[in-house]
This record gives sequence, C-alpha cells and structure tokens, in this order.
Amino acid sequence: MIATFRIPGAGRLKQAETARFSFDGQSYAGVEGETLASALLANGVHLVGRSFKYHRPRGFLSAGAEEPNALVEIKRDSARRTPNVRATVQELYDGLTAQSQNRWPSLAFDVSALGDIASPLLSAGFYYKTFMWPKSAWKNFYEPRIRAAAGLGVAPDQPDPDHYSARFAHCDVLVLGGGAAGIAAALAAAETGVRVILADEQADFGGSLRFESGARIDGQDGFAWAQGAVATLKAMDNVRVLSRTTAFGYYAQNFVGLVERVSDHLQNPGRELPRERLWQVRAKRVVLATGAIERHMVFADNDRPGIMLASAARTYLNHHGVAVGRNVGVYTANDSAYAAAIDLKKAGVGVAAIVDLRDNPTGSVIDEARALGIEVNFGRAVIRAGGKLRVSSMTVQPKNGGGERTIPVDAILMSAGWTPSVHLFSQSRGKVAFNDETKRFVPGTYAQDCVSVGACNGTDGLSATIDEAYAAGAKAAKDASVKNAGANTVKGTKPKVDASESWSRGMLGAAPGAGPDTTVKAFVDFQNDVTAKDIRQAVHEGMRSIEHVKRFTTNGMATDQGKTSNMHGLAIAAETLGKPIPQVGLTTFRAPYTPVTFGSIVGHARGPLFDPTRKTAIHPWSAAQGAVFEDVGQWKRAWYFPKAGEDMHAAVDRECVTVRKTAGLFDASTLGKIEVVGPDAAKFMELLYTNPWEKLEPGRCRYGIMLREDGFIYDDGVVGRLASDRFHVTTTTGGAPRVMNHMEDYLQTEFPHLNVWLTSTTEQWAVIAVQGPKSRDIIAPLVEGIDMSDGALPHMSVREGRICGVPTRLFRMSFTGERGFEVNVPADYGQAVWEALWAEGQKHGAGAYGTEAMHVLRAEKGYIIVGQDTDGTVTPGDAGLDWAVGKKKTDFVGIRGMARPDLVAKGRKQLVGLKTKDPKVVLEEGAQIVGDPKQAIPMAMIGHVTSSYWSENCGRSIALALVAGGRDRIGETLYVPMPNGTIEVEVTGMVFFDEKGERLNG
Amino acid sequence: MLLIRCPYCEEERPELEFRNAGEAHIARSADMAATSDDDFEKFFFIRSNPKGIIYERWRHMHGCARFFNAVRDTVSDRFLMTYKAGEPKPAKLPGASE
Repeated sequence: MIATFRIPGAGRLKQAETARFSFDGQSYAGVEGETLASALLANGVHLVGRSFKYHRPRGFLSAGAEEPNALVEIKRDSARRTPNVRATVQELYDGLTAQSQNRWPSLAFDVSALGDIASPLLSAGFYYKTFMWPKSAWKNFYEPRIRAAAGLGVAPDQPDPDHYSARFAHCDVLVLGGGAAGIAAALAAAETGVRVILADEQADFGGSLRFESGARIDGQDGFAWAQGAVATLKAMDNVRVLSRTTAFGYYAQNFVGLVERVSDHLQNPGRELPRERLWQVRAKRVVLATGAIERHMVFADNDRPGIMLASAARTYLNHHGVAVGRNVGVYTANDSAYAAAIDLKKAGVGVAAIVDLRDNPTGSVIDEARALGIEVNFGRAVIRAGGKLRVSSMTVQPKNGGGERTIPVDAILMSAGWTPSVHLFSQSRGKVAFNDETKRFVPGTYAQDCVSVGACNGTDGLSATIDEAYAAGAKAAKDASVKNAGANTVKGTKPKVDASESWSRGMLGAAPGAGPDTTVKAFVDFQNDVTAKDIRQAVHEGMRSIEHVKRFTTNGMATDQGKTSNMHGLAIAAETLGKPIPQVGLTTFRAPYTPVTFGSIVGHARGPLFDPTRKTAIHPWSAAQGAVFEDVGQWKRAWYFPKAGEDMHAAVDRECVTVRKTAGLFDASTLGKIEVVGPDAAKFMELLYTNPWEKLEPGRCRYGIMLREDGFIYDDGVVGRLASDRFHVTTTTGGAPRVMNHMEDYLQTEFPHLNVWLTSTTEQWAVIAVQGPKSRDIIAPLVEGIDMSDGALPHMSVREGRICGVPTRLFRMSFTGERGFEVNVPADYGQAVWEALWAEGQKHGAGAYGTEAMHVLRAEKGYIIVGQDTDGTVTPGDAGLDWAVGKKKTDFVGIRGMARPDLVAKGRKQLVGLKTKDPKVVLEEGAQIVGDPKQAIPMAMIGHVTSSYWSENCGRSIALALVAGGRDRIGETLYVPMPNGTIEVEVTGMVFFDEKGERLNG
Repeated sequence: MLLIRCPYCEEERPELEFRNAGEAHIARSADMAATSDDDFEKFFFIRSNPKGIIYERWRHMHGCARFFNAVRDTVSDRFLMTYKAGEPKPAKLPGASE
C-alpha cells in the first residue's frame, strides 16, 4: 500500500529507512524511528481499537504517553506478546507485528459493540447496582460474563524470555523531562560541575519543540537547538542523559524510579541487551520539567476515529511528516489549535473551518489563520460528530443555540487548553494549588527538595520558561552544595529565545454539545468510557467528594490515569455540585505515571536468582547418590535417597529400618549454629533459655528451649558447653537467623552489661549425624584423641578431637532415640569426612537417610519439631517439656509470660500421641479433631494433627496432635472427620517406640 | 526507600540495609518475674501508633548489625534524628513538624 498521507518535505525523518510492518494481518510500509501511530496515520489508518466498556471504534487521540485509545498488542513471537502498548509511543522497526484488541470478530465489525446500544443499562456505577439481584446469579452468571467481556488486551501465557536489568544511581541534580525547560535546567546545573541526570520519555529530546514550529532559540529552530544542547550535555563527564526513560514514581527523600526502554524499538535486540532497565535514583535535588498535556473538547461523539488533540496532529505533521487528514476541522477554546491549523494549511492540507467556543478572541495566530483563508467561527460549538468508524462531519451551532450547520471533515483537531503535568510533584507529596485566573492546578507547597519549572509549573511562554528553568537548574546545583564541584565548571550562557508561540488558557468541563440533559455520549475519559452524563449522574446520585465520583464512574482510573480526563471530570462535578473547583478538590496522583512492566520491577530476581539457594558441603555427594531434595527455607536438604524401583514411601521405610537395625548417616549441616563466648556466656544462656546452664559441666550437652517474652516456644536445640566461657548452640534450620537476631537484640539492648560475643557459625561447620546401634563402630576407627567409651563419652556430651585428621567437635546425642553422634567438622572437610564415614558404614550395612526419615524417626520417639508441632501458641508445659524449665531460676526471657493466667489455665491444648484404630490409616497433618462425631455442624474442634507418618518400625501409623486437655484424655477415643468418612483415633503418650529409652545406649 | 543515618557508622545508608525493630524506650523490668499482669500487658502488648512523632528501634542489619533508636515523623516519613541504644529519649527534636 502506498503511504498516501506523507507530506513531501515535512517532518524530520527524511534519511530514515523504510520499515515493513503489519497491523491486524495487513502489511504496510512506514519509516524506521517513527511511531506505530505515525506509520498507521501515514497509511490512512485511524481505526485502531475498540473501547473498554461500549466497544466503540477508537483512533488516536494523542501523539504521546497520555494516549488512552490506541492500545495494541505487539507480538515478536509466541512468548513476546505485549498487550496494551500505546501505538503513539511504540517506535517502528522493520517486521513489527501489531494487533488491535478488545474486538471480535474484527475491528470494523465488533459484536460486543451492541453494548453501545444497550448502554443505558451500563451507566455510571453499574457494577454496584445492576448485578445485585438475584444474589446467587453473581458467581455463576454475571461474574463469568463480565470477566469475559471486560479487560483490555490478553496477557501472555508463556514465561517472559526477555531479561531486564536494574541500576542504582546517585546524582546532585535529577532533571525529569527533556523539553526546553528540562534542557535549560540541565545545562545550568551541569555547567557548575555537579552530577546531573537528564531523563525524557521520548526517543528524541525537545518535548513540545517537536511540534512548535514557531520556536527559535539561539538563532536556530527550537528542535534543532534541543538536539545540539543535548549533544553538549552528553559530552560532559558529569552528565548522564537518558532517553526513552520514564520517571514513573517519586518516593521519599528524592528517591525516583525510572524505566528505560532499552530495546523495544529495535528489530533484533539480541541477548546482550535487556528489554528495559530500572533506574533507582537518589538525587540531592530534583527539577521537574514535565510539561503540560493538552485537553480534548467534551462534545457528542468526540471519540470517533479521526478526532484528536491539535498538538498531536501538529506533531504528526512537523515531526513525522504525516497529515492526519485531507480536510480537517478544528474545534477549540484555545489559541494553540490555530497553530495546528496554520501548519496543516501551509503543508497543503484542507482546513474546513475553525470553530472557536470563545466569543471574540484576538491574537496573531487568529489573524494569520484568517490571512491564510481559513474560515474562523467564534462563539460556536461543535455539538456532534458524524461518522462511525471514521469521523465524517462536524455539526456546528452557536453556543447559545440556533441553527445547525454540518461541515464534512475527515479529521477534527481539538484543544480545550493545557493541563500542567503535576503527577510527579503530587507523588512527592507536594500540595497543588488552584490558580483561579488560569483555571489550573499548579505546584503549591513542596514536601521534598524539588522544584517545578516551565509548563508543569504553570509558566507560560518559552522565554519565561527558559529563564525560570535555567535559574532553577543553577540554584539546584548550588543547593546540592557539593564539595569540589567547581573543578569541572564550564562557562555557559543562558539560551536566548528569539521567537516563541503563546497559547491562551482554554476551558474546563463539558462544552455545550455535551448536554446537560441530552443522552449523548460526550466522552470525558476515553479509556474507561466515562461520559459527561456519567459524572453528572454520579453527583445526582449523592457523590459529593471527587474521590467518590472517581470511584463511582471510574473516571481517571484506567491505565492512562486520567491524564486527559481528570480536569474535565472535576469541572463537570464542580459545576453540577454548584461549587468552585478548589472546593471539590483534585484526586491524588499515584505511581506509576505510565504503566510499568512486571519485568522491569522484578529485574534479575527471577528463576534461580529469585532467592539465594543454600547447599551444604555434602550436597554434591547426596546429588550423586540420586537424593531427592526438599526446600527448607533457602536450604536444599536431601529428602530421601530412592534406590532403583523405590517410591518415596519404600525409600523412607527402608531408611528408617536401616537406622534402627544398623546405622544411618544424615547430613545435619543446615542446623543453625551460634557460638556464645565470653566471661558472662553462662549468665547470658540462663537469660535466653528456660534451662539452667551455670552448673552444666564443660563437655556436657543439654536440650535447650528458647521462649519469647510472651512465654511461647520460639526455638529449641542441643547446646554443648565446650568450656566455662564457650557454648556451641544449635538452633532449628529455619530459625537460625531469627534466633541470632533475638540473641543480639537482648545482648545489645537489655543485657548490655554482659560480656559476651555471639557468632553465627552455621556455615562454618558441616554436621554428619551417625545414628544407630552400629554408629560408634563406624566412627571410632576414624577418631583420634577422644575416648569413645560410654563412660568417657556418655549420651549428651561433647568432645573436641580429630577425625580423619581434621578437627572435630564430636557430639554424642540423638534425634532418633538410637545411640547417636553428630560429627561437626570444618565445612571444607565435610564431604571428605562424610565419604570416609560412608565407607566405614558400608562395612556394617549402614545407609544414608534424608529429612523425611529423620522426621519419622523423631516422631516415633515423640521429639517435637518447633514450627511443626508448635505454632507460636505452645508453652513448654503444653509440649510436655516442663522438665526443661529451670524451676529455681529468677529470670529468663518468657518467665513472666509463661505465668499469665491463660497460659496456666486448665484445658489448654497439649501435645499428645494419636493412634488410629485402623493401624493402616495415616492421618492428614492439619486434620481437625472432635470429641463427638455426631454433633451438629459446625462441630466444636478440640485440636489438630501436627505430625503424622507411616512408621515401618512400629508397623503402624503414628501421629502427634495438639488436643485440648490432651494429657488427661490419654486412652480416650476421639474422631477426625474427613471428606471420606470419620477416622477413630486413640489418644496416647508421645513415645511410640522404645518407651524406656534403652536404645540410646544400645 | 528511606535514607537512615546509623549513629554507629555515622553515615546515611539506604533503608535496604536496615530492619525496623518496633517501638523504642520500652524497658524490660529488672525483676521480670514479679511484674504485675497490668504492667506485663503494658510492657508486652501495648504500643503507641501516633500520627506524628514516633520513637522506634532499628537495626543496621546489613551494616554494623547494631540496634539503635530513631525519631521518625509518621506523616512525612522523615527521620528527625537517630541515636545509640541506651541513650535517653532526646529532650529536643531538630525540625519537628509539630
């Protein structure tokens, strides 16, 4: 297809390459570097989407980031499918594939557009009202249908193959916005030598200089000046210039989030480039130069494709060299639309008429338009637009009523005035102030170290803007008060404005063609399909606050965040309420300024890099043996070691039996380990654990319980006293960091008088548990300097010596109920010592066991696991561990909490054993327990199962449970109601195997 | 993300390095076991949640690992000052909004 709407000689893309692209399957030619919107317009395509609620045909409203309508899907391959891309932002590359959204079966014929006809049923607040009856229909009828019909675009269904990077940066002056104001501010700041970052969301710097043909600075065309100034900035060592970079969020203490679109505009980005880069910038001073956004006119059917902002048409012409029509109409309440009409007329485009709502405006642009022979009408309104898939006419009427006249057009350019972009200022918690004379909200009270300049500050005129911005840039640099900044000072001069345009103010709210009593659709918010009528209706139905009006109508709540709609919506609400605008107030602007991809926020933190993975020294051996691993916190732990043909249950049963028959080796390296050292180490242990420690002899171990101040179990573990001033403390695997924090907290803040040092040694020691009747026989041949006899090394003792020639802390302890040892060796020797022990073990028929067998074996003995059998509401008494609380102690953390009335009351849930009446039935962990299975639902639940396993050693299932008054119920029958029937259980003690504990020395 | 000055490192560092540790100046009784139910309730459960100035504890977790105290304005999130653990509540605050 020939690009018929390109104007020879117009635009700035003359040297560029041709790019082929497709839209909805149709092939087109464009120019590389222009936007998709520009390329489609060059091909005469205006219809690009369907609206959210009414499925009305939509075209391009804007030429920038504020675009509410032209949202398309860009597809690179099956995984790279990006929905809701603004065609006005997406740059064209050869081979780009785009599709329209929210239509079926085709863009030109969309079945759901019936919603437009049925729209009286879809009025403001319809979500809150229409689907309330019958209640039961919501889940099965309304919700599925609304979900199918609602939403814009389709989310990709495959993992994102692109990668995203992130950077932190610091600077003295951060300038946001690269138009005339931003460039002037950046120049002034950079010339002082301070570190400057200048960012702009567009590919090209210049802002409105892209379309303002009347601007001349330092003797050049405004846009050319901008390119030269940015080149100067880029060449300076103290300046970083970021294009295609949107500041989306302004956070506390001048912390600003920016997203740089690195490769979305490239045909073949290659793996070395990220798709986007997140910049997190901390700036001493921020200069906001975010410009202003043009508002549309609110009149009937103002959403027809071909109706757009005047500045957009001007950008397409002056920057891209594309005419948006052949015979355009203009509807305005503002001078700036005249400049668009003049530029188009001069480029050879027909301008049917300018309709100006103002009564008798004067000015040079008006005179110039007339001089070019353009028909100019004052005091008139466009009361409706003709056409459906493309605007075909505008109907004009004197604004106070009178005869109608319909003018054929193929595009309408509109301008109601300009809204300062105070989004980032507002996000910085600054308070906006309403200027009654100019009818706009401008920055009022600042909350952070920032300053607004140019159009976003309500400053009119290029000359005033550059004066203000240059001074602000210099002041920001000075206020950042950097040492040694003067070293790089460059002599600069303020840019001189030779010619500029001036735009007067315009209007807010609905124009005469939008009602008040008509049922026409005069759109305020295009993306959420909110009309002037909807806002009036919201007020009539009792909404008084603009925040309520916003939520009731959804005005300003779409992904464009109301960039074009907020002020109109507010003005209509204020008029309907009969209140001045500042009394109705503005809704709060929130981040992000424009939509931000999840990818850029997540960055590299996905897949294996989402969270660190911790592996023990013995991990490679376990992996080589075919172990199946489970995640415990960040650790990978060997779960079980299946042999050929074994499932998990067979492997675990074999491992459990082997331990009790001969011996098993277990990698216990993940246990938390803390070295408590110092003259007051024992005093400290007395305060942090329930147990007494002062009298524990060096060389002996004790099972310790740690409470929180509220008296509930926080952690447990075996503690070995190596010397009078040195304890080797072990914690649960998952609890190690919080136990360390808990200890440090008390040591630093409550007991700072104690002379103690705490060191985390979890990673320093590899721990090999050797458990079972043959355990001593396996270890003894490898040990030097430790007497392994029961008399010299009894249960619960610890010795230092050597194993396989390396230092060891050898614990005699058991978490299986068998004779057992835990061999601590420096982590670097972990695997070597394991392999030596494994070789010895093979002589005795020992095997390796994993965490599942460890759990079963400890449950057979009734040993608890903190966090599984306890849940933060279990006291030592509840867990049957009263014996571990030092009765003579006068203080420890939790001593008072434990004595609270509720914690000593009768009937508390206590840990007990459960045996199912049918020994083959294994209960589900978490299953609830009731006393009477025949009671009415909802039943009174008296407890729940905390641990449950098949025990091959016992030849039956076993379980632990927290049951109200549990120890008094031993022998009773209780019931576990499950979906497939009620399971009968008998309450028992917690020890299922070797109740007398004889095997510890067996 | 906030910037927090660690009174031990004597540097402003990003919030990522720190962890909040709850309200400050809640002293644990020297005779804990003898604390009344009411006093224990105040000590363990009751916390202020002011709109404005709050005294709170932070830990420079990924720095010097020290616990310290801070005065923060919950309206602006601004830190008015930080000081070492064990030091008394400051009598005068710099630049307080109220």
